Amino acid sequence: MGYTFNFASVWKYWPLVTEGAWTTLKLTAITTVVGVLLGVVLGSLLTSGPKWLRSIISGYVEIIRNTPLLVQAYFVVFGLAWAGARLPVQVAGTLVLIINVGAYTTEIMRAGIESVHRSQIEAAEALGLSRVQTYIHVIIRPAMERVYPALTSQYVLLMLGSSLLSAVGLDELYGMALRVAGFSFRNFEVFVVIAVVYLVLSVLLRIAFVQFGRLIFPRRRKLGTPL
Amino acid sequence: MRTAYIWFLLQGAWHTILLSVLSLVLGGVLGFLVSLVRISKVRAVSALALVYIEAVQGIPPLVLMALAFYGPAILGGVHVSALGAATLALAIFSSAYLGEIWRGCLQAVPKAQWEAAECLGLTATQRLFRVILPQALRLSLPPTVGFVVQLVKSTSIASVAIGYGELTYNAKILNNSTFEPFMFFGLAGVLYFVMCYPLSRASRRLEARLNLANR
Repeated sequence: MGYTFNFASVWKYWPLVTEGAWTTLKLTAITTVVGVLLGVVLGSLLTSGPKWLRSIISGYVEIIRNTPLLVQAYFVVFGLAWAGARLPVQVAGTLVLIINVGAYTTEIMRAGIESVHRSQIEAAEALGLSRVQTYIHVIIRPAMERVYPALTSQYVLLMLGSSLLSAVGLDELYGMALRVAGFSFRNFEVFVVIAVVYLVLSVLLRIAFVQFGRLIFPRRRKLGTPL
Repeated sequence: MRTAYIWFLLQGAWHTILLSVLSLVLGGVLGFLVSLVRISKVRAVSALALVYIEAVQGIPPLVLMALAFYGPAILGGVHVSALGAATLALAIFSSAYLGEIWRGCLQAVPKAQWEAAECLGLTATQRLFRVILPQALRLSLPPTVGFVVQLVKSTSIASVAIGYGELTYNAKILNNSTFEPFMFFGLAGVLYFVMCYPLSRASRRLEARLNLANR
């Protein structure tokens, strides 16, 4: 009892915290872009590809969705080292996050694509749109528009989940927090500060996603439906 | 590959199940309270629950674990075991997610049901427990089972922040002494899959059945 909080010894290491936060944001940005692309491609193949390919993709999705990210990280990072591939941990860590979030995105995109009504595609055909045009304007775009909220919360979860990569030695925000804790011996204060930083990051990320959604889905902006 | 290794992994899997069940029970009770506060008609009260949900959902479970590990000793002078700290963190984590899921289910019950119950002269408690909850329960089953999958996976985090000897922790210990990552993390992955996949399937089946019944 009678514990005196000492945040001053944490502020001393503030530059380390901002550096870690920056790494987390960069990690999130890269994995979001690649993850969405991967999810769109695999999600499309999952709904219209050949049967053998569909079973491979759904196997990948089920395996990733039913095992923890941490085990996937250990498996890939330590596994690559065991196999003799000398990748920097940033690269291996990014790979893990992409493999992980790609599966979730695939599943979300599948749901979105399946929600596009058949009559829409028939109407596109009747209007003389080419297959590529139909695919882009009638299938993918409306599908993405519909699942956009689910996608954004998945990517906020990804940002929070990237903290686990500290366990394989990637110095993102949580990894930096561990370092600061080691320097200052003020573990509780450090984690309180880090919790607040993560909270701010997730709020900022959500605002950014909502604004981006307004930008790329003008129909939503016109209708004024909340994202 | 010695059988002792397998036993060690299975023991870890048992601790994973134990931690999942404990935090589900505690988190379920807390989450139920959160969902009730959240549907309160008093704006300020429901906003309080909203802030709680948003805060917990905006902090990584890893950080929650660290706070639950150091917090009790510092704030209350209580020493908690590794299992206790992990349960506390995951219960807080679950309460936010379950609170939000169950709020949706409670609000999905048509408002006329509340009004009809009131017309029949039921008290507020009777209205909730006899009329609304039985209907909300049916709706809540698929997403709740789906969340349990997420919870089981999240128990793996206890190996990092707290060092609780669950499945991932034990797999890591074996890997540290033998350096066969594909083998041990692969086996751990298989065990997690065995625990989670049936739940995922069940969640999907329950949801399909619910959609069929509501059509």
